[in-house]
This record gives sequence, structure tokens and C-alpha cells, in this order.
Amino acid sequence: MISVIKKDVRLTTKGNGISYVVLTIVSLFSVFPLAWMVISATNKSVDVTRGVLIPGTAFLDNLKKLLAAQALGTAMANSFKYAIILTVVSLLICSLAGYAFEIYHDKGKDFVMKIILLAMMVPFVAVLIPLFQMMSAAKLLNTTAAFILPSISTPLLIMLFRQSSRSFPRDIIEAARIDGLKEYQIFLRMFVPTQKSTYAAALTITFMAAWNAYLWPIVVMSDKKSITMPMLVANTIQGYVTDYGVVMVGVLFCTLPTVIIFFILQKNFAEGITGSIK
Amino acid sequence: MMLNKKQSMTGWVFLAPAVLLIAIFSFAPMVRALLLSFQSGKGTNLSWSGAYNYIRMFQDKIFLQSLLNNFIYLIIQVPIMLVLALILAAMLNNKNLKFKGLFRTAIFLPCATSLVSYAIIFRTLFANDGLINFFLIKLGILDTGYQFLTNTTSARIVIIIALIWRWTGYNMVFYLAGLQNIDYSIYEAARIDGASTFQIFRKITVPLLKPIILLTAIMSTNGTLQLFDESFNLTGGGPSNTTITMSHYIYNISFKYVPKFGYAAAMSFMILFLVAFLALIQMRVGDKRD
Repeated sequence: MISVIKKDVRLTTKGNGISYVVLTIVSLFSVFPLAWMVISATNKSVDVTRGVLIPGTAFLDNLKKLLAAQALGTAMANSFKYAIILTVVSLLICSLAGYAFEIYHDKGKDFVMKIILLAMMVPFVAVLIPLFQMMSAAKLLNTTAAFILPSISTPLLIMLFRQSSRSFPRDIIEAARIDGLKEYQIFLRMFVPTQKSTYAAALTITFMAAWNAYLWPIVVMSDKKSITMPMLVANTIQGYVTDYGVVMVGVLFCTLPTVIIFFILQKNFAEGITGSIK
Repeated sequence: MMLNKKQSMTGWVFLAPAVLLIAIFSFAPMVRALLLSFQSGKGTNLSWSGAYNYIRMFQDKIFLQSLLNNFIYLIIQVPIMLVLALILAAMLNNKNLKFKGLFRTAIFLPCATSLVSYAIIFRTLFANDGLINFFLIKLGILDTGYQFLTNTTSARIVIIIALIWRWTGYNMVFYLAGLQNIDYSIYEAARIDGASTFQIFRKITVPLLKPIILLTAIMSTNGTLQLFDESFNLTGGGPSNTTITMSHYIYNISFKYVPKFGYAAAMSFMILFLVAFLALIQMRVGDKRD
């Protein structure tokens, strides 16, 4: 018996040894390009191509050059504006719908939900041209509305909130009704405050998608005044001579907000995803 | 819980905005695109042309090339990425493992990077005067910089490496979430019965995660068939369109050259068919395996 246990322990530690090696290598591979990007943002272009892997002192110079060449302030402000407005509106509308699909479900609503799930299959390029024509006809090009309208309501978020409503106790709803609360008050005061991790997961998904969007913005936000951070970053590599230090400062500014949000919300994000695929 | 009429109405009111938005900005444009795909002409001068656009795409060398490219990325990248994500998730699900949070955060971090940013990071790393070439020359493997992005095969490999880098952690999070719903004592029991790590992975982890593996396979297939940023910003579709993706080509046809919206719509419907068709096959295969 003792020998069996010993063998088991040995096997486990040996297995762990391989895990540590693999996980360390994959972690380094995952972090390296980002670490290199941050380091390169502080180095001169020549040093970036010379393989310098230690932080330099050229960050402010690179930033000045970027500010001179591109409208960094405008792009940052725009990206924050579009992403925040989209996230707030999207979370409100999708959580309300997900809640309604579950709490008030009947045959009709279940059928509509099935049809909505079909929208997940629609590739964005398939609706790109009609959407562009629609925005153009409505004179909405280069407005926040054009940026956010197609992405407010998504099957994924509705599904996420529908799933999390499933475990919301019905007794509470009944009790609240007896106390005379209106249906929208039950949603706002009883449901919303109990769904922190679902909202955190939804916020992470929506904000990242909005901040990182590229194909749609280059089609409808082509005006200089309405460009977003990914568009600005793509602009820095146009032209014959690329200043790598400057490019990486742009990439850094484009990456920081989503990375910060991810670090703040990562625990809730994992919980929200776990809850949604049970 | 029985709903009275008033409550049922309230439910419809609550879900109406979301449903209307999807109808207006997803289903209506799809119908419009379908109609467009049977018209041809330049700019706004469109006339009905039957199945012309659908026939034409199979004579269009660049479209066929882009279709092939999407399939190369799909067939090579998706399996490597999903297997890697599964192995990493299984390793991280070990209770005795230290630094779990650190590993998980590091491996997920690439997902927080925007598509444009990572395309540009990889483009710079693999540039002629980029870091990879610098080290290959330093190590004496190469004499001069290798043109990774202007040779078809190496450009495709760079795109595949970049995709694996960006998306492995994302899929891993789904598997980790799935593993949390599996009772850990099953693993302990298997270990006491003398099952090897590989046996446990193959006989317990994979079968129990099957629904999530199916979900990630469908999501990845869908994403790979719609690739845009990588082709657009990493290789620019080059050299001479040999790494271009379908979405990138559709964008070029719609917005770069003289717009041919009808033709572009027909090609985008091709993607829709492929996405739906492959999802259907995957669901069939996924259901059959046990």
C-alpha cells in the first residue's frame, strides 16, 4: 500500500515538472511580444532594429514625434467615447432582454430567442455593405451612432444574461410583486445588483470589442476627426520609412486601456464565463 | 410560474429594443445583401444579373486564392490552437500546481491586445530589419535578413503563429471554466487506479469537455473564415495576394477599387454558407462521437 502511494506521489511531481516547463515556456512566449513592445516604445528606431532588449530613454521623444504626426488626443478621446457609450447602452439593453427571455419566458419568446441565436452565424462582412449604405443614407457617417448602432444588441450578451437569470430566485420576484414593486423596479433593484460578475464579464467583452473594432470604423469613421486608436496605429505604419519607436508608442496607448480593464476585472470575467457555460 | 397577460406584455417590452436592433442591423442587411448579390454593376449603377456574381467568383483567381488561404489558416491553425489550449487548461486544473494565477494571466494577456496592435507587433518582429532576423543573423543561421513577409509560405506561417499567440489563451479560459464544473475527485480516483496523465487527459478531460470543445471549434471556425485584420495589417494580403483572406478581398472590392457591391455581397454570402455548413458538420460530428 505504502509503495503504491509513494509511486503515485512521484508520478504527480514528475507530471508537475513537465507542467511547469510547458507553462513557463508558453507564458514567456505569450508575454514576450508585449514586453518587447513596451521596451521598444522607450527606444529609438535604430535600437529597436538592433535588437536592444532593455528600456531606453527615448519614450518622450517618440511620444512627441507621434503627437506631431498623428492626432493621438483625438483618437484616444474618440475611442473612449465610443467604447464607453456602446458598453453602457449595450449592457442595459442586452441584460434587460436576457432577463426578459428567461423570467417571462413562454413559447413565443423562446421561439424569438432561437431566431436571435441564428444572428450569431452572420459574418460581419456579409452585412458590411448594406450597413454602410444604411448609415450613409441616414447621414450618420462619422457619428457615434454609426459606430455603436450595429453592435449594441448581440446574441452572445443576451445569452449570457439569460443564462445568469436562470439561477435568480423566483421567490424574490414574487415577494417583490406582493410588496408592490413594478416589474422594471424588480429588474433594477433586485436583479441588477446581484449580477456583478455577469456584468463584469459582459463589460470586458463589450469594451474590448468596441475598443479593438477596426473593419467597421475604417468604413464609417473615415473622417480625420472621428478616427479611433486602432486606425491611428494602422496609420503609423503607412509610408516608406517606419519609425518603430513611434509605432510602438502608438501600440502601447492602444493596448493599455484594454489590458488595465482586463487586470481589474479578470476574476469576475472568469466567474461570468463559468456561470454562462454550465 | 404562470405569467399573467400583463407580465407577458412586460416581457415583450423589455426584450423589444434588443430584438429590434438585431432585426434592423443584422437580419435586414442580410436580406439586402442577398438581393444585392444578384445584381451587378459599378458604384450605384446596379442591375439584375441572376447568378452571374456566383459564377464569376469561381473564375476569379484572387477570390479562389483567398478561399484557399482561409482554409489553410483554418485547417492548420485551429487544431493546433485548440489542442494547445486544452493541454494548458488540463495542466492548470491541477490542484497541486503553484503560480496558477500567474500562468493563467500571462497566457490570457495576448487576448487583451487589439487585433491591429498585435498585427503590427508581429509585422515589426518579422520585418526585414526586425528582431527575429536580428537574432537569426547573430546566431549565424542567416547571413542577411530573411524576407518573412514577402515570401508566401513564411508569410502564411507568420500569420498562423500570430493567430495562435492571440487566441490560445482565449480558448483556454473556456476550457478552464468547463473543467471547474467537473468534480475533481474523478481525477483523484483515476490517479489512485493508476491511470497515466495522458490516459486521464484522453479518457476523462476530453470527453467531459466535449460540448465546450464543440463550442470553441465553431467559434474558431467562424472567426477564421472572417479573418481581416491579420491579412490587412500584418501582410497586407501580399506578396501579390497570396496571403489575402476573403474578408480582406471583399473589403478591397467594396471600398478600395471601384466599388462592386453586388459582387462583394455574393462573396460575403459564400462566407455565410461556409460558416453555416461547417457549423452543421461540426455539430453532427460532435454528437456522433460517443
